[in-house]
Amino acid sequence: MTASPAPAERLRVPAADLIRLTPDPWTAPFWEAAAEHRLVVPRCTSCGTFRFPPSPFCWRCQAQAVEWVERPGAGTVYSFTVVWHPVLPDLADSVPYAPAVVELPDTDHVRVVGAVVDADASDVKIGLPVELVWRDVRAGETVPTWRPA
Amino acid sequence: MPRCPGVTLKDEAAIVGVGATPYYKRGRSLPQTPLELAGKATLAALDDAGLAITDVDGLALYSVGLGGDTSLFAQTLGIPEVRFTAMLTGGGGGAAGSVGLAAAAIDAGMATCVVSLMTLQQAASRFGASYAPRGRPGAQYSAPPSPEGNFIQPAGLMAPGQMFAVITQRHMYRYGTQREHLAEVAISTRENARRRPTALMRDELTLDEYFAARLIAEPLCLFDFCLECDGAVAVVTVSAARARDLRHPPVLVTASAHGGHGRWGQAITWMGMPDEMFASSGHRPVARRLYEMAGLGPADVDVALLYDHFSPMVLLQLEDYGFCPIGESGPFVADGNIRWPTGSLPVNTHGGNLSEAYIIGMTHVKEAVEQLRGQAVNQVEGAEVALVTGGPASLPTSSLLLRAA
Ligand SMILES: [Zn+2]
Repeated sequence: MTASPAPAERLRVPAADLIRLTPDPWTAPFWEAAAEHRLVVPRCTSCGTFRFPPSPFCWRCQAQAVEWVERPGAGTVYSFTVVWHPVLPDLADSVPYAPAVVELPDTDHVRVVGAVVDADASDVKIGLPVELVWRDVRAGETVPTWRPA
Repeated sequence: MPRCPGVTLKDEAAIVGVGATPYYKRGRSLPQTPLELAGKATLAALDDAGLAITDVDGLALYSVGLGGDTSLFAQTLGIPEVRFTAMLTGGGGGAAGSVGLAAAAIDAGMATCVVSLMTLQQAASRFGASYAPRGRPGAQYSAPPSPEGNFIQPAGLMAPGQMFAVITQRHMYRYGTQREHLAEVAISTRENARRRPTALMRDELTLDEYFAARLIAEPLCLFDFCLECDGAVAVVTVSAARARDLRHPPVLVTASAHGGHGRWGQAITWMGMPDEMFASSGHRPVARRLYEMAGLGPADVDVALLYDHFSPMVLLQLEDYGFCPIGESGPFVADGNIRWPTGSLPVNTHGGNLSEAYIIGMTHVKEAVEQLRGQAVNQVEGAEVALVTGGPASLPTSSLLLRAA
């Protein structure tokens, strides 16, 4: 984020201090790729079902093994909220921000949740096409955000 | 005695006592300790039943109930022997179901007199930020970063209200639900609270005031959120046979169910639920089993006490419990159906979590019992069947059908 003051309705992002990634062996490949600004999603090698968040079992066939498939960073807003009230003092300078649930095409409805950036609060709508903007929180920790495509 | 398939705990147990501490705004119950609040509510419920602590042999809990510490509770209050102690997993979803757990224990012969209980004291921590990664030291509700939470928290989803706002937004998009419909839930609930001495919010709430309130997480404004409270509520359950000899007419546990669709799962804290159930309360499978067990349907329900941590979740439960078709709860409430005393289905006659007090759903059980005894402040005339639900939340959700004996 730049230090310049945003207009009141311009969306911000949650304070970086509140973001800590704590990967486990099943989620680590997602975050390692994210740090390289690549979107990868795990797919069951037995039945082809995507699973998200990454997890140790396929909910459809219970197999464990996955292949990591790179996907283009594009999707549509499935749902969202615009947060105006900071629930913690640490978020006082972060509002308004807009967490969006974004569905990726051709992935069996994988949804990647991220704040919407480069937009006004009133721009966010269900069905809005969006593209990934990787947010480098600190060295080695990068999280997805979305901006109108 | 062996049972036929499909025969259940229907009408085998009854609620015979309810009790509560006063309800307090967040932090105002100090210097009482949580254990003290729990004990006061329990003794009040036993007194209501005409029973004593020496009768108690079971504890059936949910969420943060006693902080899990049934041992301290038993030794402090002097329960002679504990024969059953269990709690439903999850959070506020288990509120109504904790009484079903009590009924199951009694029906199975594992205990004879079971207390279900919620104690809440939010002086040092706030439920409202329960998915935030940082709270004050010792805050028991805050969620430290987890591998699963990593996919939600960095977007800023750190509070239940924000998460339910996402579900509400989808419901509005899919079915055309309006903020006026949320307002009708908030205002009708407030109208009920205004007549009750126990309610923390007794001022009139107008539509203009509703729309003038600050937005918290769109589309939810201040009045769509429940209160932040301290207090305790206890419920005493015994066998239906024993209940007949006690102080009040028994309130039969006609059915109870809990659980949910596996792929509902963590729901608001993963946002991956299948599209057909995303804009729901998660209660649909629970509702189906509840009605099946009771042999009753939505038309038989005289009063509904629906867990209202957020006003839109009342709408979604009206749909999921079959009071109106899926997607039509907005027009249903706009037609005045949930108003007491004129509506077809008075809802949250006690003022709910929104306007009476938020003790994680147990006030709803208390109100159902008072309605079926004919003792409610906002009495539904001739009420014989009450529905009580636990919180729409991650799995499990739960509910109760109670019936006047
Ligand atoms: Zn599979």
